[in-house]
Amino acid sequence: MKKYLLAFAATAMAFGAMLPAAAQAEGERFVLISHAPDSDSWWNTIKNAIKVAGEQMDVEVEYRNPPTGDLADMARIVQQATASNPDGIIVTIADFDVLSGPVSDAVAKGIPVITINSGTEEQSKKLGAMMHVGQPEYTAGKLAGERAKKESGATSFVCVNHYITNPASVERCQGFADGLGVELGDQMIDSGMDPSEVKSKVQAYLNAHPDTGAILTLGPNSAEPTLAALDEMGKSGQIYFGTFDLSTAIADAIKAGTINFAIDQQPYLQGYLPVVLLTNYARYGVMPSNSINSGPGFTTKDNIELVEKYAGQYR
Amino acid sequence: MRPVPAWRKALVRPETGSICGTILVFVFFAMIAGNSGMFSAEGFINWGTVSAQFAIIAVGACLLMIAGEFDLSIGSMIGFSGIIIALLTVQLGVPTWIAIIAAFALAVAIGGLNGYLVIRTGLPSFIVTLAFLFILRGLTIYIAIATTSKTIIGGVKEASEGDWLAALFGGHVLTGLFSWLADKGLIGQFVAGPRAGQPVVEGIPMLMVWALALIIVGHFILVRTKFGNWIFAAGGDAQAARYVGVPVNRVKILMFMLTAFCATVFATCQVMEFGSAAADRGLLKEFEAIISVVIGGALLTGGYGSVIGAALGALIFGVVQQGLFFAGVESSLFRVFLGVILLLAVILNTYIRRRITGER
Repeated sequence: MKKYLLAFAATAMAFGAMLPAAAQAEGERFVLISHAPDSDSWWNTIKNAIKVAGEQMDVEVEYRNPPTGDLADMARIVQQATASNPDGIIVTIADFDVLSGPVSDAVAKGIPVITINSGTEEQSKKLGAMMHVGQPEYTAGKLAGERAKKESGATSFVCVNHYITNPASVERCQGFADGLGVELGDQMIDSGMDPSEVKSKVQAYLNAHPDTGAILTLGPNSAEPTLAALDEMGKSGQIYFGTFDLSTAIADAIKAGTINFAIDQQPYLQGYLPVVLLTNYARYGVMPSNSINSGPGFTTKDNIELVEKYAGQYR
Repeated sequence: MRPVPAWRKALVRPETGSICGTILVFVFFAMIAGNSGMFSAEGFINWGTVSAQFAIIAVGACLLMIAGEFDLSIGSMIGFSGIIIALLTVQLGVPTWIAIIAAFALAVAIGGLNGYLVIRTGLPSFIVTLAFLFILRGLTIYIAIATTSKTIIGGVKEASEGDWLAALFGGHVLTGLFSWLADKGLIGQFVAGPRAGQPVVEGIPMLMVWALALIIVGHFILVRTKFGNWIFAAGGDAQAARYVGVPVNRVKILMFMLTAFCATVFATCQVMEFGSAAADRGLLKEFEAIISVVIGGALLTGGYGSVIGAALGALIFGVVQQGLFFAGVESSLFRVFLGVILLLAVILNTYIRRRITGER
């Protein structure tokens, strides 16, 4: 018994020693809270961005997310962050209803808040945040749809939605449908996150709808398995293919002509800018008065060279 | 026969390990996160709320586990009940109190079906409720998409304004006390916006009241009533229990209904607090409930355990989960810490029990 207790205490001590002493560092402390589940690799770019910004500005930035992507858990994390009195909070508006309470409480407590990524400028204003750094999702989807219509004349499509529980993802599919000028109907599929599951669902859809004119994927998690599906079905380059976000595989596919465009919302800026802005606000009280659109920017064969080098890292 | 000393009697109780664990966890976090805001009023409400969430589902899972069964559909049930409430109130305009009662009725009926299928088919409850994990999750996403083409249904707060039953799940108690504390400067106040001057903690959320009520009622039923003995008997040796006239089937089915009830309490509190329901709510919550119960000293094989233990298990889980954040642990390492601390708690627990009961 005593031995076990000792072991327990020793382990506890070891953990204590491993904990960052950074909690007492001189620099300001900010918390970035995202809605992404642990399985979403896209957020690595933002993690890299806050690391760079943190080092440059000599501040500490913590990254927090709900492990399963449960937005109610995310709201608890916002409350936690507020209770720990940081110098600023950077948060995504994954669901306005769920987050409005906790985020407005943080604002009311006098903590500067910048919203990023999901959500709109209007929602950000309603929460009392200082600004929003992101990409308007519906507009991005619509511009993608219009581009697809101009370049391919497609009248049907499939939207591979790997994160169906996030409203922004549905807005992208809806925007794409409106851009093409067709009804969304059941052209959006709930693919799930697992790559082999995504791949087989896309194959099943394309087998059942062989005349599909365009494909829209919402990020690497759905784009990469879809590429594999097309490859296996011998359809690579045969269907107009647009995607959101970038990764190494997506960049390669753009070069190969399999993917026609990728919408880059430049997540690096969504992580980097708020840290820099909040630090300057904390130190000198300066803050721009407008929100910042970090996207959409289209990456195509023409400008891929620029993007490719840093895909998955800073792009 | 040798008389059993009192200390030995105390140690043989299932909650002993979790009491030690609770003390250790609090000492640990007082040491590493003592001045991080974790033990301020806001911090307390934060980990208290999370612990209360775990406790609500753990009470049901605990009694079911003592009765010898599992329910893996708890998490999906949370998403399902929430969507039902939101659909009825926001889409169909039904008064909130009717929507809540309907969600409870539906959930408890599904819980009953779970139990009935386990009893009738003789399959392990692990399999039957695993099936319902998928059935309910799929159904939830389908209903939400089919009716609103969204997976998150908002606007419940506006729709349930002034509803008496909604207030029982989403409100706060002791708000006067907290205003008074804020006036005295004992807890912080908001400094900006429309709520400036109000205390940062509005009151004790109803979620905690529900957790406390379920713990007390669950504990009372388990240790003070004949039905409690039936629960132990059903999970200990079902056949032997049948021979002495315990209605094992009825007890088990009722316990499945209880877990569904607890999941719906969780869902309703969440929907009322956040004003929206989402099809992916409650993901993996079934495991969190089971983890709380196991830290609390219950046996996975049934017939042994306690509600107080499960409640302390939920407290440990909540404090560890939120405390690591206050301590500033890097988020990817966060779950490693959580896993290790959980493992330690369970090992400690099992060690104490084996040492005392002499079981192998």
